[in-house]
Amino acid sequence: MGELAFRNITKRFDKTEVLRHIDFQIEDGEFVVIVGPSGCGKSTLLRIAAGLEDQSEGQVIIGGTDVSLAPPAKRAIAMVFQSYALYPHLTVEGNMSLGLKQARTPKDVIKERIAEATRILALEPYLKRKPGQLSGGQRQRVAIGRAISRHPQVFLFDEPLSNLDAALRDQVRMEIADLHRRLGATMLYVTHDQVEAMTLADRIVVMHDGVVQQIGTPRELYKTPANTFVAGFIGSPRMNMFQGQANSGVIRAPGLPPLPLPEGTALSGPVTVGLRANGLDLHPAPGAGADTSEVVDIDYLGNVCYLRLTLPDDATMVVEQRPDHPFSLGDHVTVTVQPEEVHLFDPEGLRI
Amino acid sequence: MFRTSARQNPLRSSALHLVLIVYTLICVAPILLIIMNSFKSRRGIFGAPLEFPRGETFSLEGYETVFTIGNFPLYFQNSLIVTIVSLLLTVVFGAMAAFALSEYRYRGREILTLYMILGLMVPIRLGTVGILNMMAAAGISNTLTALILVYTAQHLPLAIFVMSELMRQVSDDLKNAARIDGLSEYRILFRLVMPVMRPAIATIAVFTMIPIWNDLWFPLVLAPSEETRTVTLGAQFFIGQFVTNWSAVLAALSLAIIPMLVLYMLFSRQIIRGITSGAVK
Repeated sequence: MGELAFRNITKRFDKTEVLRHIDFQIEDGEFVVIVGPSGCGKSTLLRIAAGLEDQSEGQVIIGGTDVSLAPPAKRAIAMVFQSYALYPHLTVEGNMSLGLKQARTPKDVIKERIAEATRILALEPYLKRKPGQLSGGQRQRVAIGRAISRHPQVFLFDEPLSNLDAALRDQVRMEIADLHRRLGATMLYVTHDQVEAMTLADRIVVMHDGVVQQIGTPRELYKTPANTFVAGFIGSPRMNMFQGQANSGVIRAPGLPPLPLPEGTALSGPVTVGLRANGLDLHPAPGAGADTSEVVDIDYLGNVCYLRLTLPDDATMVVEQRPDHPFSLGDHVTVTVQPEEVHLFDPEGLRI
Repeated sequence: MFRTSARQNPLRSSALHLVLIVYTLICVAPILLIIMNSFKSRRGIFGAPLEFPRGETFSLEGYETVFTIGNFPLYFQNSLIVTIVSLLLTVVFGAMAAFALSEYRYRGREILTLYMILGLMVPIRLGTVGILNMMAAAGISNTLTALILVYTAQHLPLAIFVMSELMRQVSDDLKNAARIDGLSEYRILFRLVMPVMRPAIATIAVFTMIPIWNDLWFPLVLAPSEETRTVTLGAQFFIGQFVTNWSAVLAALSLAIIPMLVLYMLFSRQIIRGITSGAVK
């Protein structure tokens, strides 16, 4: 009942296409996160779902009804904005009730809905205050409360955590995750932050240049990225990418040991090799050589260390190590690759 | 920054105040002169124009003349009606036009904006003959309506220009949240956007109201009859070709300052906030 479907959505501003043939469906009760770099069209897509922007082509279906031409208030959606967007002249209570009053909801129902939202988000002490008297985290909770009180079929979140500082961001993120578990509502969430995407989502939609790159669970995206963009975008630190040549069952890339091709693939020609920082092993080397790399930087993060290496051909590579690793700056090392952690992409960037 | 450096250096601070005080005196002097002399007899005005009214020079004859000979309460009423109605129309229509120009995307918007702003560059008095013909043809010459229409048209461009620039700064998220809550575009404009822009609107109000109140040209051309005469035009009544009743003129002008002073005080807090909002944060 609370599904949200995009049917072949295209959006043009003048002549530039910002969205191209977006076509996917969010199931009832599912939490889907759209993630991508800024300018990829993710916010535009969300605004089209809300009815704040018109699509140039295609349909938006919410709960089985085609709402492509319906105004925002008639779409059974609620939206939470990055800048909170609370009405400055109304109290917290007024902010939550305005939409309901506007829809001519009976008074006792309004009261009930507000009491429910207040209980869920523990807003009781703030009901009579105005937004100006609240902190950033509280304001965002009120904005979420306003969304809850509407009892929408679909919740839309537009980068709701971006204006909060790091500590609050984690806290509100967990509250949103709890909220999804408790309400079981359909949620569509836009962010550029892959940590938010990975932790909150049932499924992630990765977008780039107005095109959906891949849709899948966080695990699928991390384990089997569909192309080099997704491979580079998901996962931190960034996946190491190298240009190489496949020939007679072996891939050779400058600075890397020869890599065996996966069983059963006969491939030759240029390929892109993707290696995550945690799929690599380091071994001390006695000195500089044709197949050794130099440690040029060490980032100590407490639980892990990231070592930046300069390969013999001057490319760089990031390798994850345990914090008690024996290496120090300037050391020469040889790199070996765990074969199951090798990602291969063809010259078009598609996964092989 | 400025405040702290001024506080640290008393010499600089007092020099600054000296300059400001001198400037204030220069600005206030003519007004003070008018008010002072309005309380003097004719002989007093010409005998000692720079002195405060004293024993023999003090006289209320100017005010007596104004209230007995002229029909000043009516003139005041006319001026107030014209000023306030023009002001309201300018702000309401200016806001609506500015919202349409800044909020929506449609074909021809740039041309339309330019057309609206063009009014800033055309001196409206050049069109006096045309306006006069138009009002006569419409049968509304010698009415307050004629004045209100002209003043509204005259001050709309500036209002639209200032407000459309400011409306772009009002958060899109806020307007969108209201759309999702089902508010109409009119309510979004008048209940959400306009209250946020209160300081700007107060500034526009003052810049609209003072020239309208002070205007002599259009009342003279469009509404010179006794029933539609405004204060500025009424004061001319005492300026004759050969004899001018100065105490009455000055009394009329002194009285004319009062309503503007009251309105200015009502708006001033908002204006100061509007002027300093960009500078001091």
